[in-house]
Amino acid sequence: MAMDGVPDVAYTPEAARLAVVAERQERIRRTLQGGLAQDRRRRIRESVITGGLFLAAAISVLTTAGIIYTLGIETFHFFQRVSIVDFLTDTQWTPLFTEKHFGIAPLAVATLLVSSIAMLVSLPLGLLAAIGLAEYLPLRLARVIKPILEILAGVPTVVYGYFALLFVTPLLQRFIPNLQVFNVLSAGLVMGIMILPLVASLSQDAMLAVPQSLREAAYALGATKLEVVWRVVVPASLSGIVASFILAVSRAVGETMIVVIAMGNTPRLSFNPLEQMQAMTAYIVQISLGDTPHGTLEYQTIFAVGTTLFLITMVLNLLSFRLLRRFREIYQ
Amino acid sequence: MTGTQLRPTVGTDTEFQPRLSLRRKVGAVFGVLTVVAMAIGLLTLGTLIVDVVRDGWSVLSWDFIRNFPSRRPSEAGIRSALIGTVYVMVLVAVIAFPLGVSAAVYLEEFAPKNRLTSFIELNISNLAAVPSIVYGLLGLGIFVRALTLGPSVIAGALTLSLLILPIIIIASREALRAVPPSIREAGYALGASRWQTVRMFVLPVAMPGILTGTILALSRAIGETAPLITIGALTYIAFTPKSLLDPFTVLPIQIYNWVSRPQPAFHQLAAGGIIILLAVLLSFNALAIVLRARLQRQIRD
Repeated sequence: MAMDGVPDVAYTPEAARLAVVAERQERIRRTLQGGLAQDRRRRIRESVITGGLFLAAAISVLTTAGIIYTLGIETFHFFQRVSIVDFLTDTQWTPLFTEKHFGIAPLAVATLLVSSIAMLVSLPLGLLAAIGLAEYLPLRLARVIKPILEILAGVPTVVYGYFALLFVTPLLQRFIPNLQVFNVLSAGLVMGIMILPLVASLSQDAMLAVPQSLREAAYALGATKLEVVWRVVVPASLSGIVASFILAVSRAVGETMIVVIAMGNTPRLSFNPLEQMQAMTAYIVQISLGDTPHGTLEYQTIFAVGTTLFLITMVLNLLSFRLLRRFREIYQ
Repeated sequence: MTGTQLRPTVGTDTEFQPRLSLRRKVGAVFGVLTVVAMAIGLLTLGTLIVDVVRDGWSVLSWDFIRNFPSRRPSEAGIRSALIGTVYVMVLVAVIAFPLGVSAAVYLEEFAPKNRLTSFIELNISNLAAVPSIVYGLLGLGIFVRALTLGPSVIAGALTLSLLILPIIIIASREALRAVPPSIREAGYALGASRWQTVRMFVLPVAMPGILTGTILALSRAIGETAPLITIGALTYIAFTPKSLLDPFTVLPIQIYNWVSRPQPAFHQLAAGGIIILLAVLLSFNALAIVLRARLQRQIRD
């Protein structure tokens, strides 16, 4: 267009027109070429960045692979020296004595016992708290109380160990005189309080996901608030609630510092929660505190115990995710 | 689904009695129970804090922070533990933050919806629930032995980074998901590529949420004891680490060391250490809240 007013290039209208077309074509060609080159450069940069981001995400897979590899290889060496039947059926765990026994039962029972006590505390209290937060408390109050409750989950476990050993146990000893200094009961009770917010928070989320129309339908039938909660909301969110319970069990089984500090370090098969026992995690810590050279049987035992722990928690976790996914499919 | 379950109160027989006042009373009792359950949690938290402060208040002093641990309780302090915690945490933040945010950006903004992606997602959820001591065994096998880093500052930091990576990823994904699609569309409309859109439009909006999640994940790492004991961090250290390959200790391990001794004087030191630890955690959380508030205001303006 600018060419129209330039007399010395185009004397005739025809030539002017051709010049304009040529100039336009040239400009389009250049733009396209430059644009494409830029575009290609941009596309390469994009794919490099995407690849880098993918690698970051893939680290999680590598972590799992690393866990399985490290646990697997040492556990393999362990089972070359110790038969897997002994590991599962022997009732004594004495790898540090001269007469060695490698039965996981004492450690596993101790873990089971302390987790059960923790569940007896955290499941009912957690569920009640969740119902209170989701259904009873006014929204404003619930918004204040929930984060405060969640502080409980953020307190380091070594602090809970201190609390169990030096506050809860002396307190309980006033009522239960034959309670030992290290015992399963205090550790379990404190662990239950620690896990409470996990149960409360996840169960509350599940209840909030229940459609309001279900509640209204029940109210329309003349149900009271409790009946709505107990016969509509809880059953409707049951898979989410159960998922939170299972995740809580997984947390309890893997919990370490509370049991190390407050439950004792004597592996013995017993079902009396007033006595001291050694949990699986506590054994790993006990061996780690000593100076165990690489390749010794003691070094391998902690990986065998670790593998047991990893398998138990992984099965629980996957079960919980499965339930949660089914629950989400229903309401979303 | 619920009609049949309501049978006991909504009967069809002629002698139906609403018994409303009884049902309301039972409901009120239940409501009180839910409050009791919450109160038990809150009271325990309160008792714990009061107990620790009462036990440990007397040992708090500048000397307690300045001194190295000692066999004599009156001279013992947390210097090496505090410095160790700071070193490890700075490293963890430097390692875990970029990796976690990148992974979250990939999964939320770039990843195709396929089996590999959902495998990675399931994997991350599982890793978030793997017991921390298993990470300790991983660190022991890979960083301490295979990479021969020894029980060093860097081995501890790498172990804790892997531990909190899933937490950072999950929190960052939530923050990214909360960014409205219109912001992305605005970016595309201006001719920005996918990465340019993420970097210039999406990440700035999501950053408050990402930072809050990261700080909470870091505060989880600050309190971790078991994985660091497992990789062989020492419980008694009377020097500060000079390089990344030096042995180290952290506050929770020092607290554990003091708790596990029988003498009450050491228990007081442990309580003192806990007060410092909780104060550090509290200030971290306060930082998260302030940061979130400030960044949110910036974006709104």
